[in-house]
Amino acid sequence: MDHLPNLVTEAREAIQAADSIAALEEHRVRYLGKKGEITALLKGLGKLPAAERPAAGERINEAKQALASELESRKASLEKAALEARLAAERVDVTLPGRGQPSGGLHPVTRTLERIEGLFTRIGYDVAVGPEIEDDYHNFEALNIPAHHPARGMADTFYFDATRLLRTHTSPVQVRTMKEDGPPIRIVCPGRVYRSDSDLTHTPMFHQVEGLLVDEGINFADLKGTIEDFLHAFFERDDLSVRFRPSYFPFTEPSAEVDIQCVMCGGDGCRVCGHSGWLEVMGCGMVHPEVFRHAGIDNERYTGFAFGMGAERLAMLRYGVNDLRLFFDNDLRFLRQFA
Amino acid sequence: MKFSEHWLREWVSPQLGTQALADQITMAGLEVDAVEAVAAVFEGVVIAEVMDKVQHPDADKLSVCRVDDGGGEPVQVVCGAPNVAAGQKVAFARVGAVLPDDAKASGFKIKKAKLRGQESRGMICSASELGLAEETSPGIMELPADAPTGEDLRAWLGLDDQAIDVDLTPNRGDCLSLKGLAREVGVLNRLPVQGPACRPVPASHDETLDVRVEDGERCPRYIGRLIKGVDVTAATPLWMVERLRRGGVRSIDPVVDVTNYVMLELGQPLHAFDRENLQGAVIVRLAREGERLVLLDGQAVDLDASTLVIADERGPLAMAGVMGGEHSGVGEGTRDIFLESAFFTPLAVAGQARTYGLHTDASHRFERGVDPQLAREAAERATALLLDIVGGEAGPLVEVASEAWLPATRWVVLRRARLEQALGKAFAVEEVSEILEHLGMGSEWDGSEWHADVPSWRFDIAIEEDLIEEVARIHGYNRLPARRPQARLGLRPDHEARTPLARLRRQMVARGYQEAVTYSFVAPELQQTLLPEAVSPVLANPISADLSVMRASLFPGLVRALQHNLNRQQSRVRLFETGLVFRGELDDLDQVPMLGALACGSREPEGWAGDRASVDFFDLKGDLESLLAMGGDAEAWRFEPGAHPALHSGQCARILYRGEEAGWIGTLHPAVRATLGLKVDAVLFEVRLDALTHGNVPAFMPLSRYPEVRRDLAFLVDEALPVQALLDTLRAQAGEWLSECRLFDVYQGKGVAEGRKSVALGLTWQHPSRTLNDEEINQLVDAIVEESRRHLGAELRA
Repeated sequence: MDHLPNLVTEAREAIQAADSIAALEEHRVRYLGKKGEITALLKGLGKLPAAERPAAGERINEAKQALASELESRKASLEKAALEARLAAERVDVTLPGRGQPSGGLHPVTRTLERIEGLFTRIGYDVAVGPEIEDDYHNFEALNIPAHHPARGMADTFYFDATRLLRTHTSPVQVRTMKEDGPPIRIVCPGRVYRSDSDLTHTPMFHQVEGLLVDEGINFADLKGTIEDFLHAFFERDDLSVRFRPSYFPFTEPSAEVDIQCVMCGGDGCRVCGHSGWLEVMGCGMVHPEVFRHAGIDNERYTGFAFGMGAERLAMLRYGVNDLRLFFDNDLRFLRQFA
Repeated sequence: MKFSEHWLREWVSPQLGTQALADQITMAGLEVDAVEAVAAVFEGVVIAEVMDKVQHPDADKLSVCRVDDGGGEPVQVVCGAPNVAAGQKVAFARVGAVLPDDAKASGFKIKKAKLRGQESRGMICSASELGLAEETSPGIMELPADAPTGEDLRAWLGLDDQAIDVDLTPNRGDCLSLKGLAREVGVLNRLPVQGPACRPVPASHDETLDVRVEDGERCPRYIGRLIKGVDVTAATPLWMVERLRRGGVRSIDPVVDVTNYVMLELGQPLHAFDRENLQGAVIVRLAREGERLVLLDGQAVDLDASTLVIADERGPLAMAGVMGGEHSGVGEGTRDIFLESAFFTPLAVAGQARTYGLHTDASHRFERGVDPQLAREAAERATALLLDIVGGEAGPLVEVASEAWLPATRWVVLRRARLEQALGKAFAVEEVSEILEHLGMGSEWDGSEWHADVPSWRFDIAIEEDLIEEVARIHGYNRLPARRPQARLGLRPDHEARTPLARLRRQMVARGYQEAVTYSFVAPELQQTLLPEAVSPVLANPISADLSVMRASLFPGLVRALQHNLNRQQSRVRLFETGLVFRGELDDLDQVPMLGALACGSREPEGWAGDRASVDFFDLKGDLESLLAMGGDAEAWRFEPGAHPALHSGQCARILYRGEEAGWIGTLHPAVRATLGLKVDAVLFEVRLDALTHGNVPAFMPLSRYPEVRRDLAFLVDEALPVQALLDTLRAQAGEWLSECRLFDVYQGKGVAEGRKSVALGLTWQHPSRTLNDEEINQLVDAIVEESRRHLGAELRA
């Protein structure tokens, strides 16, 4: 019993000196194990006089508990150190780039078309598409552009033979929808269109989105409101000035061309807007009675509006692209900018 | 239509500056394309008279002149122009004058100078030196004899003027004249319009030519007049040359100039024939097959029977409303002219110009509609101008009119309620009546509607909507209200089984592809190389030969885009495209929406951890399978070995959806690659979009709580045997509780006989409501092994 203090001191030193969980375990066995030295003292209590036993027992138990707790805390700190060492060893350079296939991207025209479609489908328009090789009837006749009409000169047409052609606008889709579905109609028609023109500002193929709304009571104010809303939403500018300029399309009346305040210079005048401060972005108008007649829609009961825009033109203005032809080169250095 | 602002202001002159006037015209629907100064900026140039001219003593090409510039003292000036002569009136730049200089904005200042020893105090100017002519003029500008010496040239010629160029829409033929434009400006400003007086010219002889109109439908009115004894060598007056120039028309000779002038002024195309070359009557008729006409521009055309001509008894003289003939045109020796002022209907002229590849100022106007009531006024106006300029004696007007074919007087009803509904705005009756009045439409208001008479010059007004547009246009589109349309909030069907194209595109993007958009027409050689048997429509009028045939596949466009990128140091290319391909002849045409992709270069981009192996067939197939799985109908897709002319015969699969061919996948054929000059391998596929977007709505299967049983089997089969055959046999025998079949190894080499391959499969079974026992699994495995041996010669590998 007398050597208990020495034993505790010795055990404490050993515990503190242990540099691994295994060494620590050895010390636990040596002092607190079944055959350990502290355990042996407890076992020797019986040899003491009965009166001394409780006090001695209490002292030994105190020492045992103190050592046990010391073992625990030493163990915890060794474990912590081990974990830290492991973490340090497993460190990686987190600034290295990740592994695997990087994403590609949508073509800027698709991106633009999807945005335009989204704006209209969210308020209840449907998307309608149609063939690109069309006939004279759907591309011209049904749109109030008879043969020899000077308006045929407005769009230089690619022909296959006397009556088959590449559509010059997506309006034939409107014709088909009006004939097949009848009013009320709310559609947008995105797609490829073709005109025999190729220079700095024209490509022989480009994309249009046309819209058509036919219902009872639709008027020019509805058209103006829709176009203004659309342009504000597309350019995310509620203060963008929009103006409607009388124009002529055989399939609408009244017809208008729509100008916006130049998004490049804010209307002060620059190269993009030809120093006018305005950019022509769309055509629109109220559906011409002759178009309704071809579609078999009662012009007294129903009225409607139609509009059309070039996706490339809007994409150029939105993203600042300065050369139309880039859209069809498919140069990866260009395409990646719209990912 | 280009015109001088000064000229317009003689007709009607609103209190607006040039730009405001141009804006007003634009906002009325007559889009002003350009406003340009009619002369360059210069100052200090006056009208002077050349008093005398002597040869420069020391220079052959120079002369020394003295001019009277109105300053009192004669001024000596050295001049290099060959046409300078004593007695001429000239444009004289005094010392201190500033002339336009292309190189310097501030201009070029005239100083006192000595030229080869002779003093020169100023400069006699050419038209081009003053910015009055496009091309460099060889000589000085001669002014008329009555030009007032000493007066400032700018002021005298009215050069502080603008040429306004209006881009007219095809419905507004009535604005192809000063008269029409003035009418528009008048209505926009509610101002009266005043044109020049056009009084009938009394006949001073009674000779006429016999006019026979055989086709009154195409030519409802023909007016002619013989003017005898003209002097075609007379000079066109400078004011007229200037107005023509400002209208974009070059001066030719006084007769042509007058006809052009009246056309610009009133909108009526005119033609003058040399009477000398007319034989007998003037006949308006359709050409006869085989007739030939040499036009004014020297071009000979073979006429067809739908072309209206002016002929004499010998044959065609002119293509009616398009262009005159060379033979009957007015020339220097012309003494008597026959002036034509006619109304040819739009349909008579439309198409003719295009058929013959001719587009003239006359055909442009007739196609759009020339006022049928204008011919007489224009003939009188031209006669008066001609008599002033080239002299001569006017005969009586001959007119042949076919009343039945002249456009009838029309009137249109405009209902106030309809007008207000259509534009969303209430209008004062007076405003609408006033607008109609100014547009030349006498109208009557009956308390609910207007009855408006359509003026003869407005070919574009026939129905109520035309009048609604006119009211809206003149009132101003931007003063009309805007609102949001209202509609019923009805839900529409949404087909869940259909995979939207947008999702397929995004899947390709997630797989590392950039979307391409290539032209739908391709080079025939490229299509021929890739798809020698393809039939697709060919454009009759392509923009160029390499964009002349419709694509029968997305491959040509993708390969073309690959070449573009490889040529620009992009070695890793992954592209996809969606769009129509065109298959078959026009009369049996399929316009098929497809999705195609192409990959080339390393599997992953160059990087520290990347896989630098080149992409191969199975990379692309994996990308495609990720699309096929999106519809939830992956089982319906099959790949079978196939032959496609663009693809490697050993690495090419025909893709089937529900048993129908839906596309192709493979490695670009090495021979095709060589033909295209491609140095690298590329893999590509295309699949029909209708199949890709087709799918199933998910159908739930309860999750089993019972354990799975897995058996791994390795078969030795002939190396040529498609694994698909093994999988099909296995599925047929594995019973309904087979939950998964994984192909985890394909091996050839040591331990496997030559010509054989080892295919290792992991099969998993699970029953929904009980534990499967070994015995039943063993039976299934035995059946699989037995069937594979019997049908495929497969042996189980030890």
